[in-house]
Parts: sequence; structure tokens; C-alpha cells
Amino acid sequence: MDLFEYQARDIFAKHDVPVLAGEVIETPEAAREVTERLGGRAVVKAQVKTGGRGKAGGVKLAADPSDAVEKATQILGMDIKGHTVHKVMLAETADIAEEYYVSFLLDRTNRTFLAMASVEGGVEIEEVAVTKPEALAKIPVDAIEGVTDAKAREIVAAAKFPAELTDQIVNVLKKLWDVFIKEDALLVEVNPLVKTGDGKVIALDGKVSLDANAEFRQPDHAALEDKAAANPLEAAAKAKGLNYVKLDGQVGIIGNGAGLVMSTLDVVAYAGEAHQHVKPANFLDIGGGASAEVMANGLEIILGDPDVKSVFVNVFGGITACDAVANGIVQALELLKSKGEDVTKPLVVRLDGNNAELGRKILSDADHPLVQQVDTMDGAADRAAELAAK
Amino acid sequence: MAIFLTKESKVIVQGMTGSEGQKHTKRMLDSGTNIVGGVNPRKAGTSVDFDGTQVPVFGTVKEAMEATGADVTVVFVPEKFTKSAVIEAIDAEIPLAVVITEGIAVHDSASFWAHAGQKGNKTRIIGPNCPGLITPGGSNAGIIPADITKPGRIGLVSKSGTLTYQMMYELRDIGFSTCVGIGGDPVIGTTHIDALRAFEADPDTDLIVMIGEIGGDAEERAADFVKAHVTKPVVGYVAGFTAPEGKTMGHAGAIVSGSSGTAQAKQEALEAAGVKVGKTPSEAARLARELLVG
Repeated sequence: MDLFEYQARDIFAKHDVPVLAGEVIETPEAAREVTERLGGRAVVKAQVKTGGRGKAGGVKLAADPSDAVEKATQILGMDIKGHTVHKVMLAETADIAEEYYVSFLLDRTNRTFLAMASVEGGVEIEEVAVTKPEALAKIPVDAIEGVTDAKAREIVAAAKFPAELTDQIVNVLKKLWDVFIKEDALLVEVNPLVKTGDGKVIALDGKVSLDANAEFRQPDHAALEDKAAANPLEAAAKAKGLNYVKLDGQVGIIGNGAGLVMSTLDVVAYAGEAHQHVKPANFLDIGGGASAEVMANGLEIILGDPDVKSVFVNVFGGITACDAVANGIVQALELLKSKGEDVTKPLVVRLDGNNAELGRKILSDADHPLVQQVDTMDGAADRAAELAAK
Repeated sequence: MAIFLTKESKVIVQGMTGSEGQKHTKRMLDSGTNIVGGVNPRKAGTSVDFDGTQVPVFGTVKEAMEATGADVTVVFVPEKFTKSAVIEAIDAEIPLAVVITEGIAVHDSASFWAHAGQKGNKTRIIGPNCPGLITPGGSNAGIIPADITKPGRIGLVSKSGTLTYQMMYELRDIGFSTCVGIGGDPVIGTTHIDALRAFEADPDTDLIVMIGEIGGDAEERAADFVKAHVTKPVVGYVAGFTAPEGKTMGHAGAIVSGSSGTAQAKQEALEAAGVKVGKTPSEAARLARELLVG
């Protein structure tokens, strides 16, 4: 889960990373009072989870509280690379002398953590990595040892930070490592890390990404989720405990197992090439269980998507037996009917593996007018695409 | 022969007394796995009855190994306790730890992986968040259904559980030497490369099928490895061509970040290394069949 800048700022402050005072607001009027609290001047910053907001006009300096209201009015509601600005952060102004870059992240390739640091901050770091790779120091960090004083000094030396800032930056790195470890982060990035005119080092802008798998020991993280931005279908699916991602096609997909569902999306997209280029409408993994209830929940979400024209249920019975899945489908359709939902979209079902024959027979016997069976995954995908194109 | 797991393997189960652990221990026993014990410190000294087979419970992995000569552990403990369970297995120097548990925090998997390195990598880790591995007709360590296929000469390595089953099913008449589900998390123990190296050296394997998915660069590095070190034919399949950027597709590691980790890049890397890549799982199966039986 990626956080907003103001959330990153709050987490930094919690772990004693030096940051500027800042508050987030959602209405322009609120800017006046906050700016007064910040000393009469403020930087007004759009809160969007994308880069390049400065260039897009999403960061403006406000000279006084009235000006802050005006700037907040301009920025709130703005569109930055497809992200609407619903919140702005007002932050203390800073006298910036130098801009640096530091981050900690997961290095998947080497299965360890990595520190990156550069004196070339304030610009897109991907750009520095390409145009001036020698200016971006990359230092592996052992997952068990972490960032010790010696490791922090190694990072400072490798990035060639000014000697007089060594102690301050070492401190910042150790505190950022606390954020990384204690918050179960996958990324902690400060860009820019600034040196002010009076020689202080401050984290001016931050990016933090948290590990959703760590929720069991991070009870505070659920509150950081941006519920307003979630697609309503995704939010409804999440509330039912379903693993669902909304896509922009017409063929609704239900399957078991993440890999098989990803594969199903691809196979449907290929099949769609021959049927007016219809595409998968979603990713939905109902997991190993595939009970009637889970199937009903899944079908309800997918049938509630107005973009969906046909549904492809693709199940390989591994541990799950296909007869249980077939019963699940039959019961789910009955359940939806009893709830008064008007099921009119055709379902193509492919069952293979454990007890497939029995499962197919259950569906044949039920003889539901909307359910069709195709024995192979490729064939069923083609049929579902054809039905969606009608 | 096969790889990593044979008929002779002596398997213990960490978390055997829990509901998932019991269910799958029974399945493993039914498919002929030599299960010699379970581990649960609170139930040490007792035993669990599986249709008349009494499986003893030990307090620690070390005790279980000393008492039974176990050389494989399968880990079913809940995600909160998985890190300490795997570290215990590493400290006991058991040769193979198969971590089935899903939903492991990355900091935990990075930490037990680093711990294994500190201890000299005496323990091979498979997973976490994986279905385990099966050597059909030999042994089954994990949750892969044993009745899909039979012993044969195809080696299979896959990030995805259900695609493993799908591929085993497609090629069930030919059969497999060993099928290894390595899991789709960002940090995993055994990689595609480890399995490719083992299959290349395994006299019982004639052809290798590798299944990848979006995220990371494991498939690209596996392609480099195939080019340099694998002489046996390799057939590939990659899932996730239609996955949008920045969205996690079920597996924690299945995410395209910016332009990296795309299925397209993986397929191109594999093809450049001489791997025949199927557009769908069925097509990959067809390619494997053609190479093996003409």
C-alpha cells in the first residue's frame, strides 16, 4: 500500500525523522487557520500518489493565510496524471540550500534490502540512475544486521555527502531504517532530503509503501488506506474478503489460484482478438475453498459490474473437488435469485481436475438456462469472449 | 532419483496438530509420503492418529530429527509464527524446509533467508506461500494433489500452485520426475534457477517446464541460466500479460512496477535463450509433448 506524502510525514515524525510541521486539509477555507499556525506562510502541496506534481502546478508557495486559501482553491480538484486532488498538505516553508536523495527498499533480485543515496536529489531518481548512474550509491543492507552506525556511515561515504553533514545524515538514515523495519515498509524514500541555509538536514518529501501481508502485526495500517479512491466494486469485494481487481473489459472472470486467474485473463484477451477485441473485466481469485457462499459473493460482485457481458468461471480442482464447485455455482445462482437479483448474463464454466466428471454432471443436471460448459480452458475462454461480443 | 525429494525422504510437519496441518498430513500419508513426526512444543510426547497410523509429536525440529532421522520439514504454522518456525528448522540444519504458509510479511521472509545464509545455507528453503513439491510415486511434501499424474520424465518448476496442477494435468499421461511449486512471493527460497540446475543434473528428467508470472526478474535471470547451463529442452509459460501496472495480482510478488516485471519482457528473455514459450498453458503443454514424444 502506497501512502500519501502527509501520511509518510506523520510516520517519519513518529519515528523522529526530522520533518517540517505540516497539516492536511480538504477544503480551501481550512488553509487560513493552518497557515496562521504555521507562522503565516506555507507551501501548499497537492496530495496525489504519483510523481511530477510540481511540474503540473500542484505545489505552490503561499505568502500569507489569504494567499494560502487562494492557492488551496487552485490546487484542490486539480487533475494530476489522472489523479484528482482531494487533499492538500500545508507545510512550513524551508530555506533550501541543497537537495539530496535517500531510500531503503526491498531488493528482490538479491533477496535482501538496499539503501540508495545521492547528492543529486530533488529530481526523479530513475532519471539520475540512467543519466548519471555514478551519482547514485547502492549499498546492500543485511536483513538481520540492519542499519548500524557503521552501515549508515558507509552509505554516507558512498553517496559522497558533505563531511560536515555526516552525523546528521547518519542520524536520519538510522531513523528512516526504524520506519522501514518497525512499520514493515517495502519502500521508504526521501526526495528531497534537504540541507537548509542554516545547515540543518530535513526530510522534505517522503514516499512510503507498506507491506499488506504485515497487517497482522500492524493494526494501525488499515486506517491509512485511501478508501475514497478505491473502485466501488473493489471496495465491495474487499469487504467480502475477496481478492478482486477491476479491469476495463467485458468478460467477468472467476477462478481459483492467483496464477490460474492471471492466466485466464490472458487467455480471454487472446480469444477476444477474434471477437471484437473483448477483454477481461476483472481479476477474481476465490482461492482453494470455492464454497457456495464464496462463489455467490464472487458472482454477485461480477454480475454487479455494468461492464460485464459474460462470465467465465475457470476452476481447476486441486484440493477443491469440482463437484463442490459445481454445487457452489448452482447454489450461488439460487441464492442470488432468492435475494431478488436478476441474473441475465451468460456463464461459461470450465471444470477440470479433481472430480471434474461429477462436477460437470451436477451442472448438466441443474440445466440452468444461463450456464454453459466447455471442457477446455482455451475453448471456454473463446466461448465467453464470443458471448461478450454479442 | 528426481530432485530435492525422494521415496527415501523422511518428512516431519511443523504445525501438524493444527487443522490445515492435520488435513494435509493425512493427504501426504495417503499419497505414500514417509511422515515420521510432527512438531509442536505444547504437545510434545503425544501422537496423532491418522487412520491407525500413529505419528509422534516432538517439541522441536532438532528433537524430531534426532529421534527419526528426518531430512524434510513441511511448515504449516500460521503466518505470525512462521519466521520463528523456519529459523528453528534452519538452526536444526534440516536439509529441506518447505514453507506452505501464505501471507508472510516480506521482512520475515527476508530475515529467515538472511539467517539461512548466515548458517551456511545448509537448509534448502522452498516457499513461502507455495504448494510444496511432489515426486510422483515417491513422496509428496506439501499440498499438491497426488493423484493428478504419475511418475515420468518431465521436471516442472512453477511460481503458481494452480498452474502447477493444470500443467501436471495437461501432461498427466507422460508423467513427471518432480514438480516444484516455488511460490509467488517477492522473497522466496528456492528459485527457478535452483530447480533448473537440479533438473539439468537429474538423470530422471528429460525435459523441463518452467512457469513464471509478472513481477521481479527471476524469469529473466532463469533465461540467462538456461542459455549458459541447461542442455535439456525447456518449455516455458508466463502468466500476467493483461495485468495492469501497479496492481498486485493475488500473489504478493505479482506486480508490474513501471516498465519492469512485465510478462512480455519475461517471454522475450526466455525465447531469446531458446526456451519454447506457450501462449496459453495448453499450448505450453503441447510444445512439451511435441518435444518429448514427437
